[in-house]
Amino acid sequence: MAPSGSNNEQSGQTGIMSLRWWIVGIGIVWLLNAWLPELISPYFFQIIVLAGINVILSVSLNLVNGFTGQFSMGHAGFMSVGGYLSAFITTSLVASHPELMNDPVAGVVIFAISLIMGGIAATAVGYIVGLPSLRLRGDYLAIVTLGFGEIIRVIFLNTNAVGGARGLSGITKFTTFGAVYTAALITVFCIWRVVHSAHGRILVSIREDEIASTAMGVNTTEGKVRAFAMGAFFAGVAGGLFAHYLTTLNPGTFDFNRSFEVIIMVVLGGMGSISGSVVAAIMLTVLKEALRPLQQLTGVDLRMVIYSLVLIIMMLARPKGIFGTSEICDLFREKLSRRGKHPDGGSA
Amino acid sequence: MFLKNIFISLTFAGAASASPLFADTIKIGEVGSMTGSEATFGVSTHEGIQLAIKEQNAKGGIKGKKVELISLDDQGKPEEAAIATTKLISQDKVTAILGEVSSSRSLAMAPIAQQNKIPMVSPSSTNPKVTEVGDYIFRVCFIDPFQGAVMAKFAAETLKVKKVAILRDVKSDYSVGLSDYFTAAFKKSGGEIVVDQSYSSGEVDFNSQLTSIRAKKPDAIFVPGYYTEVGLIAKQARKLGIKVPLMGGDGWDSDKLYEIGGKALNNTFFSNHYSKDDQAPAVQNFVKNYKSAYNRSPDGLAAMGYDAAVILFAAIEKTKTGTNAEIRAELAKIKEFQAVTGKITIDEKRNASKPAVVLEVKDGKFLYKSTVNP
Repeated sequence: MAPSGSNNEQSGQTGIMSLRWWIVGIGIVWLLNAWLPELISPYFFQIIVLAGINVILSVSLNLVNGFTGQFSMGHAGFMSVGGYLSAFITTSLVASHPELMNDPVAGVVIFAISLIMGGIAATAVGYIVGLPSLRLRGDYLAIVTLGFGEIIRVIFLNTNAVGGARGLSGITKFTTFGAVYTAALITVFCIWRVVHSAHGRILVSIREDEIASTAMGVNTTEGKVRAFAMGAFFAGVAGGLFAHYLTTLNPGTFDFNRSFEVIIMVVLGGMGSISGSVVAAIMLTVLKEALRPLQQLTGVDLRMVIYSLVLIIMMLARPKGIFGTSEICDLFREKLSRRGKHPDGGSA
Repeated sequence: MFLKNIFISLTFAGAASASPLFADTIKIGEVGSMTGSEATFGVSTHEGIQLAIKEQNAKGGIKGKKVELISLDDQGKPEEAAIATTKLISQDKVTAILGEVSSSRSLAMAPIAQQNKIPMVSPSSTNPKVTEVGDYIFRVCFIDPFQGAVMAKFAAETLKVKKVAILRDVKSDYSVGLSDYFTAAFKKSGGEIVVDQSYSSGEVDFNSQLTSIRAKKPDAIFVPGYYTEVGLIAKQARKLGIKVPLMGGDGWDSDKLYEIGGKALNNTFFSNHYSKDDQAPAVQNFVKNYKSAYNRSPDGLAAMGYDAAVILFAAIEKTKTGTNAEIRAELAKIKEFQAVTGKITIDEKRNASKPAVVLEVKDGKFLYKSTVNP
């Protein structure tokens, strides 16, 4: 747990997690962005895009729920703040300057700025919500965040500037495959680096034993609020991507059920495993659609029944989630080193 | 039944062609909320559509082809509705799409249908923005402005009231829209809105809103909510000694309304798409067939689902080769079409222009009061 230890670990991981590889990754995403829509059916394409948005949501929630151990149920609220603000910015800009629409570069720049603004607004809300409520623990925190999520939703429901109950429609479809997966890669990269830094150690120490970590001189409230605000930022970005993909927003979309969906992804993937959240987010998004033919055959929508059954079985078989607290590359490394050790260990 | 379904879907799984008339069946897609919080609306509409398809196939289908319905559930979520629409268009290659009940989900579906040039007919999305998405999007219900105007006209001319109070459900886009358009139309006819109170669906106690309404002494109260709350509101209003008429929209249309509100609902009026007691043969046939198929009487949403399907079939029947552009053109030409919910004409904005009926609630029965033409 000492800072020096974490530094060693971090330097050990620079091979996989160095910035270089992530830039290459983003390059690949934009290459695919040009090709993918023509290669695959729009239906699969849509599932892939929604899976990407879910990856951002689940990885960012994992920072709060998994690594810091604070059970937040208000992720949909932060998502709606980001979604509504960015959609409001782009729709009002498009309405006042329609000529901007003809310029693809201006469109992308406005979209990127609106996403970041949405993220910042969500961070601010996360900070305001987090400051008082993160002094609470466990169940109490869960209830408070659930309440805050609902308050945010009801505020949008009563705000006529963003359509109120009628919702905000006519949003320009700026979200592309490239935008979603660039944001997803940045999210995973940032959270990975935070978690494996000294700050991340503080978060994990809060999760493991809050009293002990206070005794060690850690400002636990500050650590929690930081994690909360950072999680909210990425949720806000995901909300913006979601809004500009669906082209319509409605307060009903962001009720607590959406928060639960994200929580399920985090728990299923493993609390404290980033790759687990990624895998679970993709798996659950695909699973819902993979079960659709069943509904067409039987005429009854059994999807949610089977979906729930899969979750129960998964939780019985692997109570700590698919990956537990380890990462996908840990598993590979373990396998590699075991394979490497056997002949080596035998000869030496 | 199950095996037969598998067989049918396996047989036609690979069938896809540009013009539906060369395929073995005409595939119609439906997106609805079969599960989720608004499942009752989705299921009613689905039953109406199924009835229409059964009857059409019994008549020999459209141009000799059987009609096949592919219905997908959206769980009441806009993003699911968008995925389902994309699936219907790109995987199942449907000719046209029926749906959705709710405007928020129709707004998520419409851009996709428009982009792929697939005609989409919404049975009951009343938000004007839905058909503004593009020229392939139609609806068979009247829109909120019209329904608001109908009740404003009824209040001013039939009830002859001058001061009206409004009690709206802020959680429902439908109720907010209706209240706004009622206010505009009623003020135009010289009336006065004395107080505008609100509640959220799911609430059970309306005493504080009703007390402040009572203080303003209105001649009538406009409550454009859904039947669950309206029943309770009527009860609590009568208990507070408010005897003036209550008015509302098609959200009142349910047998449950009287179960909840009871005698308190006497002297209340609401606008609706059709009256079950209408003696027109189209209505009576529909009510009889629906009852024999599902063992209960149809609500407004079932009638709208039925009408949406029937109008779509009529449009496909009139086309020469059945391409999407032709279906779209024929849908736009629908005029004075005798449907269950009245004579429907599709106007230049692709909205249905048709009469509304005003019903009076009396001892558990919805009595036909008057018809208001557009």
